[in-house]
Amino acid sequence: MGRITLEAVTKRFGDVEVIPPLNLDINDGEFVVFVGPSGCGKSTLLRLIAGLEDTSGGRILIDGKDATDTPPAKRGLAMVFQSYALYPHMSVRKNIAFPMRMAGVPQDEQDRRITSAAKALNLTDYLDRKPGQLSGGQRQRVAIGRAIVREPAAFLFDEPLSNLDAALRVGMRLEISELHNRLKTTMIYVTHDQVEAMTMADKIVVLRAGHIEQVGSPMELYRAPKNLFVAGFIGSPRMNLIDGAAAAEYGAHTIGIRPEHIAVSPDHGKWRGRVGVSEHLGSDTFFYVEDTGLADTITVRAGGNIDLHHGDTVFLTPDDAQMHRFDATGARVA
Amino acid sequence: MARAVNTRTKVGYTVAAWIVALVIFFPILYTIITSLKTEQEAISGFNLIPSFTLSSFEAVQTQNNYWKPFTNSVILAVGSTILALIVAIPAAWAMAFSPTKNTKNILMWMLSTKMMPAVAVLVPIYLIFLRTGLMDTRIGLTVMLMLINLPIVVWMLYTYFREIPGEILEAARMDGAGLRDEILYVLTPMAIPGIASTMLLNVILAWNEAFWTIQLTTTNAAPLSAFIASFSSPQGLFWAKLSAASVMAIAPILIMGWFSQKQLVRGLTFGAVK
Amino acid sequence: MTLYYSFLNYNLLNPASISWAGWFNYQYFYTDPAFFDAIWNTLALVLGVLAITVIGGIAIALLIDKPIFGQGIVRILIISPFFVMPPVAALIWKNMIMHPSYGVFADISRALGLQPVDWFAQYPLTSIIIIVAWQWLPFATLILLTALQSLDGEQMEAAEMDGAGAVSRFIHLTLPHMARAITVVVLIQTIFLLGIYAEILVTTNGGPGNASTNLTYLIYRAARLNFDIGGAAAGGIIAVILANIVAFFLMRAVGKNLD
Repeated sequence: MGRITLEAVTKRFGDVEVIPPLNLDINDGEFVVFVGPSGCGKSTLLRLIAGLEDTSGGRILIDGKDATDTPPAKRGLAMVFQSYALYPHMSVRKNIAFPMRMAGVPQDEQDRRITSAAKALNLTDYLDRKPGQLSGGQRQRVAIGRAIVREPAAFLFDEPLSNLDAALRVGMRLEISELHNRLKTTMIYVTHDQVEAMTMADKIVVLRAGHIEQVGSPMELYRAPKNLFVAGFIGSPRMNLIDGAAAAEYGAHTIGIRPEHIAVSPDHGKWRGRVGVSEHLGSDTFFYVEDTGLADTITVRAGGNIDLHHGDTVFLTPDDAQMHRFDATGARVA
Repeated sequence: MARAVNTRTKVGYTVAAWIVALVIFFPILYTIITSLKTEQEAISGFNLIPSFTLSSFEAVQTQNNYWKPFTNSVILAVGSTILALIVAIPAAWAMAFSPTKNTKNILMWMLSTKMMPAVAVLVPIYLIFLRTGLMDTRIGLTVMLMLINLPIVVWMLYTYFREIPGEILEAARMDGAGLRDEILYVLTPMAIPGIASTMLLNVILAWNEAFWTIQLTTTNAAPLSAFIASFSSPQGLFWAKLSAASVMAIAPILIMGWFSQKQLVRGLTFGAVK
Repeated sequence: MTLYYSFLNYNLLNPASISWAGWFNYQYFYTDPAFFDAIWNTLALVLGVLAITVIGGIAIALLIDKPIFGQGIVRILIISPFFVMPPVAALIWKNMIMHPSYGVFADISRALGLQPVDWFAQYPLTSIIIIVAWQWLPFATLILLTALQSLDGEQMEAAEMDGAGAVSRFIHLTLPHMARAITVVVLIQTIFLLGIYAEILVTTNGGPGNASTNLTYLIYRAARLNFDIGGAAAGGIIAVILANIVAFFLMRAVGKNLD
């Protein structure tokens, strides 16, 4: 079981309020991603849940029980750190066994769990190596193995993929998702990478300056961002945000339109501009259109076969049904 | 820098480096050679090939018992090091893992006390030793050596401890380790290489200490540094014997140093140079 | 305590007649010609040794950083003097190397048909500087070598592509990179060099005259040879003040470099 509830949880460092009172429900078995720019308090929030930081106010409930003052080891949570935090002097086997050794799990049970975790994580051949002899991806798997064998109520991940190279990152992303599908255990995952958030999460929590900007499924956030911040943060390439007269036409202070919701034509359309840089990805092509008078550049997505070149004049027509409208405070207008 | 270099250039550098190395090592080498000569050979001009006699070593041993100062040196070096570690480990630990605003200043201040010349406190220390009867005792000198090397030991340990990443300690706490387990299974094993090289350096410093050991001992507690200083008096000076005594005084630490020179470098710089 | 004794008229040869001396001890020290000689000698010793070891250390470090055969053994040979205790180092140099009739230098001089030099009589301070520099050269070399080895090879190659010659690469890249290591060498060596004592005791006994007496040795002589506790304590206080002045400047220089 892994239901976690935060009630008015607050964190202050001295006079600085890093996390203003914050409420959040995490259901059993959910994959929740905390995402936001660096310094938004997402890691602090995770560490509060882990018990590595003391709360300055509010309550943390795990499975309905107040765990606010419970030491980290007693909360039944396992954590995977950004630096992996493997014990360098212990073999892989001993690293994975350590939490069980601390908990006094019988030796044969320890061996059984180590064997099955190693098999699941492709670590069987490396059990007797030291962490220093492993690659980044393997170390990451050892850290996950150390978490799995505890059979925790929830897994906490603190930017676990940020030290890996791009190709490995995609692979590990799939492995963690696969792990979640198999174990069905609650996972809380912190990242600044919105792609990781979109691809892995059941529920995304977007944070800025300690505030929750929006909570929802990836597609909810994508389709109906509650404010300009979420609109700009979720989605890649970013949503086009347009102020001024063009927005007033739609009765809004700012309008937002995603690159895939703009039709491109060489000869007719609503907005006129000039093709700047274009990026051909094969399946898609992104054009960065300049001189529209709307914003610095407008990003549009077109199919792989469209034939436009740098400097060509181009006409753009937004799909009004997919238009996002925001008022002067940045909040979404329904 | 890892570019392939042609062999001729490499040979050139090698010759130059070996010449420099041999020049620097020469005084030690020549002393070793002379210690294997007879007294007659030793004063009959420059000569690199001794007759490989051990008579000088035997003579030193029968004349001034070598084993007593040797034992004293070992006791002083090891004893003061262990004492220093007992005091310094908790201190460095506290500074590394729960630093306050003033930690850096305290460290700097401790190091600055090392800059004061030892003579400045010679008088009071000398009188304290005289009055408490610690003069020429191993205990007194062990404590003295521990005190003078303490700042360096604390500083070194501090730099080593500080390199243990905080996330590892947090991981251990998450894994259910209590404070005792944390120290026993995680911190100590990770700190051992640092503690070992601190120990090594301190043994060398204590072994070679020559101010207090000469000032505060006469015969009973005199270690090798005091023993050898007594050879500076002109009467009864014989080159081969002097060399033999010198070799006996430096050999243990020289050999130890050769084996540990790699670890020493980091220790020597308090981790400031990597 | 040192401070207290420094104001006393206290001679161990005559322990009954302890009396308050006021500033007499300081005045005595200050007017003693040996005092200024000692300060001058202390500075010359520290600066001389620092200059030799830093410059020599850089040169040797650059040399053994090059690809050479038997680098491990070369390193061991070069580090060796560091492990030799000061009295032994002094004895070896005094008797084996610099002795006017049996030393190696004398042998070389004779082979060249020259009159052997009596080093400790004619150039006492220089001789001591040479001995001390020999002891500390390995330390400087080893630390500078370590710093040198951490120099980024790509940076060097980039500079080469940018057209920097060997000399300007050394001045603009290598030296700044080693600045921190050089500071550490200067700091640590100064700490130990201010207290040089055994080398002087064993070789020259501070002489001839006061030609090789440094502050440490001067105080030692007051305390142990003349049994003048008050005077020695006053000297100690002066030494502490001087050391603190040096320490203050060093700490400021190093503090910037050490974080």
